[in-house]
Amino acid sequence: MTSHSRITRRSILKAGAAGAVLGVPGLSLAQAKSIKVGLLHPVSGALAYSGGQSRLGGMLAIDEINASGGIKSMGGAKLEALLGDSQSRPEVGVSEVERMQQEGVAAYVGCFASGIALPATQAAAKYNTPFLIDVGVSDALVSRGLKNVFRLAPGNGKCVDDAFAGLAEVNKTAGGLAKTAVIVHEDSEFGTSTAKLLSAKLSGIGLEVKEVLKHATPTRDFTNLVLRIKAIKPDIVIMSNYQNEYVLIARTIYQQKVDLAGMFSVLGGGFNYKLVKEQPEVAQYMMDFNHWYNPKNPKALDMRKRVEAKDNLFTFEVYCTYNSVKLFADALENAKSADKEKVIAALEVSTWADHFMPYGPTKFVNGQNQGGRAALLQASRTDIDVVWPNEFAAVKPVFPRPKFS
Amino acid sequence: MDPTILAAAAINGLLLGGMYTLVASGLTLIYGVLHIINFAHGSMLMLAMFGVFYLLTKFGIDPYLSMLVMVPAMYGLGYAIYKGVIGRLSSGRDENILLITLGLSILIENIALMLFKGDSRTISVSYSDTMIELGPTLVPLPKLISFAVAMLLCAALALFIQRTDTGRAIRAVAKERVGARLVGIDVDRIFAISYGIGLATLGAAACLLMPIFYVSPTIGHVFVLVAFTVVVLGGMGSFLGAVVGGMIVGLTESFGGLFLGESLGQIGISLIFILILLLRPSGLFGARR
Amino acid sequence: MNSQLQPVPWKLHLAVLAAALAFPFVFPSNFAVNFGVLALFYAFIGQSWNMAGGFAGQLSFGHVAFFGAGAYASTILQLRFGMSPWAGLPAAALAGALVGGVIAVLSFRAGLRGSYFALITLAFAEVLRIIANSTDLTGGGLGMLIPMKAGAANFQFAERSGFYYLILLLTLLSVALAEWLRRSRFGARLAAIRENEESAMALGINVFAEKVRVMLLSGALCGVGGCFFAQYFLYIDPTIVFGVDKSVEMLLVSIIGGAGTVYGPLIGAVLLALASEGTRAITQVPGLSLVLYGALLVLIIAYLPNGLIDLFKRRPQPRKETR
Repeated sequence: MTSHSRITRRSILKAGAAGAVLGVPGLSLAQAKSIKVGLLHPVSGALAYSGGQSRLGGMLAIDEINASGGIKSMGGAKLEALLGDSQSRPEVGVSEVERMQQEGVAAYVGCFASGIALPATQAAAKYNTPFLIDVGVSDALVSRGLKNVFRLAPGNGKCVDDAFAGLAEVNKTAGGLAKTAVIVHEDSEFGTSTAKLLSAKLSGIGLEVKEVLKHATPTRDFTNLVLRIKAIKPDIVIMSNYQNEYVLIARTIYQQKVDLAGMFSVLGGGFNYKLVKEQPEVAQYMMDFNHWYNPKNPKALDMRKRVEAKDNLFTFEVYCTYNSVKLFADALENAKSADKEKVIAALEVSTWADHFMPYGPTKFVNGQNQGGRAALLQASRTDIDVVWPNEFAAVKPVFPRPKFS
Repeated sequence: MDPTILAAAAINGLLLGGMYTLVASGLTLIYGVLHIINFAHGSMLMLAMFGVFYLLTKFGIDPYLSMLVMVPAMYGLGYAIYKGVIGRLSSGRDENILLITLGLSILIENIALMLFKGDSRTISVSYSDTMIELGPTLVPLPKLISFAVAMLLCAALALFIQRTDTGRAIRAVAKERVGARLVGIDVDRIFAISYGIGLATLGAAACLLMPIFYVSPTIGHVFVLVAFTVVVLGGMGSFLGAVVGGMIVGLTESFGGLFLGESLGQIGISLIFILILLLRPSGLFGARR
Repeated sequence: MNSQLQPVPWKLHLAVLAAALAFPFVFPSNFAVNFGVLALFYAFIGQSWNMAGGFAGQLSFGHVAFFGAGAYASTILQLRFGMSPWAGLPAAALAGALVGGVIAVLSFRAGLRGSYFALITLAFAEVLRIIANSTDLTGGGLGMLIPMKAGAANFQFAERSGFYYLILLLTLLSVALAEWLRRSRFGARLAAIRENEESAMALGINVFAEKVRVMLLSGALCGVGGCFFAQYFLYIDPTIVFGVDKSVEMLLVSIIGGAGTVYGPLIGAVLLALASEGTRAITQVPGLSLVLYGALLVLIIAYLPNGLIDLFKRRPQPRKETR
């Protein structure tokens, strides 16, 4: 190596560092054998917890894949995480997409929130970079005709359909005792669209919607709302909201001793191990239709142990992102290359089954995994169990729940 | 509408108002004396609530008992922040103080995020879910206690301001800054004391809110706008105003929620805010400026 | 406030223009161009705030009300009435001006000033947000999604540089307006109002009318910013376009850069955009970038109370006002 080329390389390094921020073309160092995965999540701002959990799941997947030899069909190429913080804001999400593009990202995994994922996936579409949606449920995400967008988990529409099927079956098993329902939802895109879908079809399974109660995020007090529910005396309540309001409503219902046959939620924000840990009496008997792992799959249980050993909760954000990264790795294996077109083509025909979700092998139509589905979960004072569908359930649902008196 | 439902909403509104009075009492003092909109108020409340949370979960100290720790601690923090940051860096300009408190709130919120992570935490003590029957409705005991303490706190603060020497000095500075300096009052020290007291009330508020609520790095945002509304409605610098303002805002929110739903009902608070500013900006009990 | 500044030399105007025009050629990556778009976008809406807040001294905390009005006006016309998105620009200006006028008339008639005015604008913005969240016309909480249809005719440029040059044009327009404001008698009257309203009245200035006028102008510009935002991101909802975050950003870039100056918002916007990108680039610890950002804010306000523009001017240090 002559001194001339050493100097040249060093000055390229310096210029590269300076140019890296604003992207002077052609000066990023090529990293041999490392495939960059962009993990884009809101790790600060209002959605920080979920973003952090998502990122955790992504990192676990990348570490695991690398530890077991990387992408074998590409000579053991390792995955490299590019971390991005969307700060719970769409503009920042887009900026991060562009920044990662600059750094040569091969695929994005993100964004937890649909409102951020919508513009972020559009930005990525310009480069045709594969974008794997881990949690965002808006159906608009996979109906814009963008070839680069793939979603392993179910969208809103599918979750609601699963909720019907699950509700219908649980109700039937209990002798059809539930006839009336009240829907509670938060007033942004997530809650509104879910509630709309729910109220349209509940009568189809024999449930009359007595009232739809809308609330803001954040809301400080739910006493009036709960007293209204108490006055209506529905058999069941179905909620769709974010964590803090979910917990406040649940607590208020418990405190006001509102007797219900069941308290359900669809993609309930506050239904998680933390609720069980912090408020076991409130959590007991609550039910949620949500993303969940297959409790009969030993890999899932093993991962849960590993995550909890590090003092983290095994929430759905963790394994949804984990599995999205692994889906990408599987596509790499099949495509034998990180070339975007090839990866997208591989994803389109993917039949990956090594996730531990209750999905079966993947099959993508317009970017949506057809097998993605929600499960019905019920909390006990110590844990959360899958109670439906039967092939994944370990425990029978308690429905109706005991009365407060 | 069924009168029991109305009564229940009224009681609920008053209790809610008690919570708001708690948070607003410090803000009204800070505004009344320093004439600054303390944007950091929400994030300070958040810090205090985390303090209460960790005192319980790590040391087993009951939230109400931890008032003995939190109130002086927050006073010290407030005094230090004023002396060390706000007083020093603002070169005396009001809009600069405003921006500094804004910068501080961004700083503090994100430091909290780094230290405590983003998730919301709740606590459960033996009396968290104890319900008391009050007429047609059941109310949680912690809400009653926080209402009672809010009233006591404002009464105590009002007495302090009226009867003690420091209180008199504070009133002097609030009314006429230059004149106060001329008669020998250490205005800067009074500012620091006032900021300290303002934050000390947040210490008390945190202890009372934790059994009812939850804490997360962004919890400040949930209370800030309402607190401002109460302060403006009641009149900046008036503790009676904080009490009455709190009640009115609480009742408006409760009835707004009852008649318009918990989403549109929130508009009541902003509308009151606007009306008061248009019709009587000094608030119900504030001194005319 | 910066009341006595040397006029900006035309050579400087030219230099800034040349640099801005050349930017997408020197840094053609999408990342850089996006950065440029966002920096100019904040400079533009910051300048709109600056007209009322900086030049006229009416510090508003609810400017996002005009922004959201513009965003919704143009998007509603496009999606519900099938109008061309380009028609959204004047519609947004009108909507912003309308909201600005209403708020101005109500607030100034009631004699609100200083922090009272700041607070009432905050409340108005919040009212609009709640209304937008509850009506079908705006899609309520679902927001409004503009279908992707690339093409200049659709106000959806295939190349980011299209947006860049548009926002540059708008920013230049705002700078020209600010320069005009500084030199014109209208601007002089506003400066008088800013310095001391009573004296201005004594001088025979119709303080109420002038304040309403500047709010109309400020609102119109801000509304246009809302339309641009909607077309750039293709999705709006009440929190995004009526949330308090944007109000804060607008006043931040102006005050940090130098309120009441022609280039203040531009300097502030570029700096804050660099700070935001830079802090995110150097660390991925959650929240640390925002901690650095907040610290930067506090330091700038502490040591450059007139804004960064102080770095560019040779002027005596501001007297520490007696309190």
